[in-house]
Amino acid sequence: MLTDALIITRREVRDSLRDWRIVAPILILTLIFPWIMNLSTRLAIAFVEEYNATIIPLRLIPFAVMIVGFFPISFSLIIALETFVGEKERNSLEPLLDTPISDASLYLGKLLAAMIPPLFASYLGVAAYLIGLYLTIQYVPEWIILLQIILLTTMEAIVMVSGAVVVSSHTTSVRAANLLASFIIIPMSFLLQAESILLFWGQYDVLWYILAALFVADVLLIRTGIRTFNREEILAREIDELNLGYMLRTFRQFFIGARFSLVRIYRDDVPRLLRENRLALATVLAALSLALIGGWFFASRYPLPAELIGSIKINPEMLRQQTAFQGNSLLPRLDVGTIFFYNLRSLLGFAALGLFSFGSLACLPMVTTMGLVGFLFGEARLFGAEGIVFLIAALVPHGIVELPAAILATAFALRAGASIIAPPPGVTAGENLLRALADFVKIILFVVLPLLFIAALIEVNVTPQILMWMYGR
Amino acid sequence: MPPLIETSELTKQFDTLTAVDHLTFNVAEGEILALLGPNGAGKTTTVRMLSSILKPTGGSARIAGRDVVRDARTVRHLIGHLTEFPGLYLRMRPLEYLDFFGELQKMPRATRRARAEELLRQFDLWDARNRRLGEFSKGMRQKMALIRAMLHAPRVLFLDEPTSAMDPHSAKQVRDAIATLRGSGHTIFLCTHNLYEAESLADHIAVIRRGKLIAFGTPAQLKRDLLGPPIWELRLARPLSAPWPYLDGHLRVASSDDWSLQYHTETPESTNPLLLRRLQEIGAAVLTLHETPRSLEDVYLKLVQ
Ligand SMILES: Nc1ncnc2c1ncn2[C@@H]1O[C@H](COP(=O)(O)OP(=O)(O)OP(=O)(O)O)[C@@H](O)[C@H]1O
Ligand SMILES: [Mg+2]
Repeated sequence: MLTDALIITRREVRDSLRDWRIVAPILILTLIFPWIMNLSTRLAIAFVEEYNATIIPLRLIPFAVMIVGFFPISFSLIIALETFVGEKERNSLEPLLDTPISDASLYLGKLLAAMIPPLFASYLGVAAYLIGLYLTIQYVPEWIILLQIILLTTMEAIVMVSGAVVVSSHTTSVRAANLLASFIIIPMSFLLQAESILLFWGQYDVLWYILAALFVADVLLIRTGIRTFNREEILAREIDELNLGYMLRTFRQFFIGARFSLVRIYRDDVPRLLRENRLALATVLAALSLALIGGWFFASRYPLPAELIGSIKINPEMLRQQTAFQGNSLLPRLDVGTIFFYNLRSLLGFAALGLFSFGSLACLPMVTTMGLVGFLFGEARLFGAEGIVFLIAALVPHGIVELPAAILATAFALRAGASIIAPPPGVTAGENLLRALADFVKIILFVVLPLLFIAALIEVNVTPQILMWMYGR
Repeated sequence: MPPLIETSELTKQFDTLTAVDHLTFNVAEGEILALLGPNGAGKTTTVRMLSSILKPTGGSARIAGRDVVRDARTVRHLIGHLTEFPGLYLRMRPLEYLDFFGELQKMPRATRRARAEELLRQFDLWDARNRRLGEFSKGMRQKMALIRAMLHAPRVLFLDEPTSAMDPHSAKQVRDAIATLRGSGHTIFLCTHNLYEAESLADHIAVIRRGKLIAFGTPAQLKRDLLGPPIWELRLARPLSAPWPYLDGHLRVASSDDWSLQYHTETPESTNPLLLRRLQEIGAAVLTLHETPRSLEDVYLKLVQ
C-alpha cells in the first residue's frame, strides 16, 4: 500500500517543486520571514531590557519559533485543498482513477504529498530562525520546549492538511473547498491563540495535553479521510453545492420534506433522528458520565477546607432568611424567560463552536457543567446524606428535563460538526452538512425548546416549593 | 469463449437524470465496437462505468469475466482508457509522465521505458520528448493521452473520442494504430462522432440516445435494417438498344434509363452474374456494376432524428 502511495507522493512533490507559485512563497516564508522575526526579536529584547524585564524575551522566543513554524503550514493549506478537487477541475484526476492503485494508497499518497512540502518548509524556517538567533545573540533554546514546539507544529500541520484533504475529496469545486476551509482555519486560530497565551505564561506542561489532543485529532482525521474516500463518487458529483438556491432547496427538502406536518415530525422524524444519531448521543453521554465522575473524584481529592464546611449548615433558619428577603426563591431571583433564554443562548453558542471544530468543542459546556455537578455532589457528600439530598432536591426536578434537552442539542451539534469531515458514502460534504443542520434545527425547534421551557418553569416554580417543603418547616 | 465486454441492464442515474438506461450488449474478444450517439447520450458515462470509475446504479457489467464493481482493481488493470479530456500533468515531460503511469500499472522499469519510447516514436512525439506537456498542442496532448492508455498493452482499450482534436494525418495515425491493435487481438471500445471512423474500423456499432440502446449490429446489418437492401447500379458504355432483361423474381428495378439500371436484389451473388451474362447475350457493353455506397451517416441520422 505504501509503495503505491509513494509513487503518487513522489510525483506530486516533484510537481509542486516545479511550480514557482508554490516554491516562491515557501522560500520567502522560510528564509526571509525568519530573518525579519529575528530582527524584531532583537528589537524587542533591546526594548524590554531597558526596563529590566529580562523574563519577557525568554518567553517571546518560543512564541516566535511557533509563529515561524506555523506560517508555511497555513500557506500550504491551499495546496492541500486542491489535492482532489483541483485535479478534478483540471481533468487529470480521471486517468489516475483509472489505474489499479487502491483507494487507500491513492488517498495516502496525496495526503503525504500535501504534507511533506509544508512540513519541510516549516522545519527549515524554524532552523533558519534559530540559527539566526544563535549567530546574533547566542541564544540556545531549551531543547524540551523546542521539541514541544516542533511536535506541535507537526501535529498542527497534519490536522490542517489532513482536514483540507478530506474537504478536498468531498467537494465539487476548488471554490467550495476554499470556503469550507474556514472550518479548519477558525478552530486552528483559536488553538494558536491558546498556545500563545500558554507560551507567554510559561505553562509548558499544558502543551503536552494539547499535543495529545492534536495527536488524537490527527489519527481521527486521517482515518475518516481514508475510510470515507471513494473514487467511484468523485466523478459522479458535478453540481456545485455552494449555490444559494440549491442550498435553500436542499435544506427545505431535508427539513420539511414534501409537506409540513407537525404530527409527522413527532411521530416519524424525531424517533428516526434519535435512532440515526445513537452514536453521537452515546458519545455525549459517555463524555458527560466521565465529567461527572471526574468532578466527583476531583472533589474527593481537593475537599473544601473543613472549617468552611463547618460554617455552612443548611438549616431552616437560613432558608427562611432567604425567603423572607427574596420572596420565594433560593436562587438569585430569576424568571422563566431569563432562565430559558440564558440556557438556549449558551447551548446555541456552543453548538456554533462545535460546528467550527468538527464537533469537538460542542461538548465543552455540557462537560464543564457535568464536571461541576459531579464536583458539587462530591463536596456535598462531606455534608453527609443531608447535603446530597439537598442537591438532589435543588437540581433534579428541572435537571431531569433540562439534561435530556442539553444532551440532544449537544449530540446534534456534535453530529453537524463532524458531518463536515465524515460524510457517508454517496453524499457530498455540503449536502451532508445541510442535512445535519436541518436535523439540528428540527431537534432544537421541536424538542429542545419545549423541554428547556418546561425546565425553566420547573426551576422557577417547582424547585423552590420543594426546597421550602423539605427545609422550610 | 465468453465475450470480453458484457453489460446487462447497465444503468446510471444522476439525481433525476437517467444518463445510461438499461444497456445490454456484448463485445467479443478482438473486436472493435463503436458507440455512437448525440451529445449527452451517455457514452462517456458508459465508458466510465465499464472502466470502474463510476458505480452503476443498476444492472451489471463484466470485463473479461470480472465484475466492474466487485473486481474493480483487476478491471482497471485489464483496461486502458483514453479519457474524454486528455488531463495531462502539464509540468511533466513525456517520458516522466509515461513512467509514472507505467509504475502505477506495475510495469518493470525497463519495460515501461522501452514501451514509452516505442509509442512516442510511433506517434511522432519522440522529437518532442524534452518539452513539457504544457507546451504541447491540443492534438499532441490527445496523442499523449492515447499513449498513456495503451502503455501497459491492455486487453481492452476504451477510447473516448480519440481523434476529436487531431489533424487528418494524426487521425489516420490513430486509426492505423487502432487497426493494428485489433490485429493483435486487442478489444476496442470506441466512442466517436466521426462516422467514417466508426464505419471503417468497427465490427459492430451501437447507437444510444438518452441512455437507451436504439441500434446494435454490424455496419452492413444496420444499413440493411434501416435503409433496406442495398441498391446495385449497372452502367453501360453505350445506350441499350433492346429492353433491359429483368430476370423476373431475381431483382426489383428501382429506376432505369438507356444508360443505367438501379435495382435491389436479395441474392446478388447469383443475380449479378446472371444479369451480366444476359446483357452480354444481347450485346450490351457493360462499363461498371457496383453497390451504391450508402453512408453510415444516413443510418445515423435516420436513427437519431
Ligand atoms: N457527474 C454527473 N452528474 C450529473 N449529470 C451528469 C454527470 N455526468 C454526466 N451527466 C449527464 O449525463 C448525460 C450523459 O452524459 P455523457 O457525458 O455520458 O454524454 P456523452 O454521450 O459522452 O456526450 P458527449 O458526446 O457530449 O461527450 C448528460 O445529460 C450529462 O449532463
Ligand atoms: Mg462524452
